[in-house]
Amino acid sequence: MTQVTTDAASGAPAEQRQDRGSVQVRATSGLNAPKMAIRNVEFFYGANKALKGITLDLPDRQVTGMIGPSGCGKSTLLRVLNRMYDLYPNQRATGEVVMDGQNILAPGIDLNQLRSRIGMVFQKPTPFPMSIHDNIAFGVKLHERLSKSAMDERVEWSLTRAALWAEVKDRLSASAMGLSGGQQQRLCIARTIATRPDVILLDEPTSALDPISTLKIEELIDELKRDFTIAIVTHNMQQAARCADQVAFFFLGEMVEVGPAARIFTAPREKRTQEYITGRFG
Amino acid sequence: MIPPTSRLLRRRRVTNAVALTLSGAAAVFALFWLVWILLTTIYNGFAALSPRLFTQMTPPPGSEGGLLNAIFGSGAIIFFAVLIGAPIGILAGTYLAEYGKMRPIAEIIRFVNDILLSAPSIVIGLFVYTLVVGPSGHFSAWAGAVSLALILLPVVVRTTDETMRLIPNQLREAALALGAPQWRVVTQVMYPAARSGMLTGLLLGIARISGETAPLLFTALNNQYWSTDLSQPMANIPVVIFQFALSPYDAWHSLAWAGALLMTLFVLMVSVGARFFLRARNQS
Repeated sequence: MTQVTTDAASGAPAEQRQDRGSVQVRATSGLNAPKMAIRNVEFFYGANKALKGITLDLPDRQVTGMIGPSGCGKSTLLRVLNRMYDLYPNQRATGEVVMDGQNILAPGIDLNQLRSRIGMVFQKPTPFPMSIHDNIAFGVKLHERLSKSAMDERVEWSLTRAALWAEVKDRLSASAMGLSGGQQQRLCIARTIATRPDVILLDEPTSALDPISTLKIEELIDELKRDFTIAIVTHNMQQAARCADQVAFFFLGEMVEVGPAARIFTAPREKRTQEYITGRFG
Repeated sequence: MIPPTSRLLRRRRVTNAVALTLSGAAAVFALFWLVWILLTTIYNGFAALSPRLFTQMTPPPGSEGGLLNAIFGSGAIIFFAVLIGAPIGILAGTYLAEYGKMRPIAEIIRFVNDILLSAPSIVIGLFVYTLVVGPSGHFSAWAGAVSLALILLPVVVRTTDETMRLIPNQLREAALALGAPQWRVVTQVMYPAARSGMLTGLLLGIARISGETAPLLFTALNNQYWSTDLSQPMANIPVVIFQFALSPYDAWHSLAWAGALLMTLFVLMVSVGARFFLRARNQS
């Protein structure tokens, strides 16, 4: 599973894990060109400003880890990126988020289409009350018309990519509610990648899971970034260090610092970053 | 440690014994009447049970007969009441839970719905009488179905609204995050998730309307003969019980008991069904 060594076909940057004290950090050769460019984004819950002038690039087919104490705005930023806040009338965002030359915060954007390109996995597993197969097919059917065999192929493909196929291939028609928590979360990841988005947003995807399931999902993230641009919010700094190529540190609605994971964890420029990653607060 | 003979401990024991006795006696008192009613109904009802009930019409005074026309009538009136009330109730509950959410209009609808929920059924009967029976000039099964639908409606609205609002918001967001339009989220994700709760509410509503007598007295009235014409008066179990039980004839009394037993068994069956679905939901 841990295919971190260079796969010639994948085009992933050469990388290796390096031991730096207690935290294992990946050293990448560099960051790719941005897939999403967040420019001066501010966010309001009613009159309460939750994000202050955020500017951040999400490098293409790499993992951006967002860290910071509770309530610092990292989950809020994730919910801006797929316009999830649009559901709630008193929430609004200003600024720009540019993806493929288009500002996705502009009023005319088709939200259903946007969300088919930007998938999201939540903190708690959210399987739909239907079979494993139908959980995957639900999202695909929204955007594509596939024959039964093509759909079956897609289901197998996405479950395989989510490292769940071997465990569920004999009970695809069984209810998804019967899976374990870790399996449910991998099903949610499979469901998200089945629509073949460009970007995947992960909102603390392992905080409700046991260590073994967590490990599986971290390995999965490594695997998935060959094809997808990933943003992951996490409370766990080891997880950010293990998974992310780029790390952004948030504090009280501001983005304090961003940089390659190795530099943020070994040589942070800001005092607040250093205090947070050394566990002095948060 | 308090020594076991201390006054404090003894006083607590006495208080406990008194409270236990009082609450136990209250429970027995409440159950006593229920059991008495059930046993009397079963005793007299079983004595009156015969195949004739299901093959013959309600008889004229002084002769033998059955309840076939009343059983059919009750079935038809309840069926159409559910057909009218359930879809409107489910749609209205869906609006409240998924679209109206916390808007003032939704709060007003919830409030008005709660008033309708506790409206005396005789008022609803009179309302339908002036609305349907008056203009059409005669009693009819349709009017009966409409009045029962009006009683069922607020029950379904309430249970649909509450069940759907109990579903974690994350499930909605997860479906929307895949790019699903809201109507698909509601029909394909929320309804399956709320299914057992909604079904329970519907069954409890059916149990409630199947015993209603007052609204039917003003609407469907009664019919001594076999009739399948919904635009005409139609026999039904509650009104037959009402009429036969007050009569001086023994044959009618015994049919009223049989009708009471059938209705009790039906309501019991529906309630057990509701429990079954409720348990299925709690387990999932």
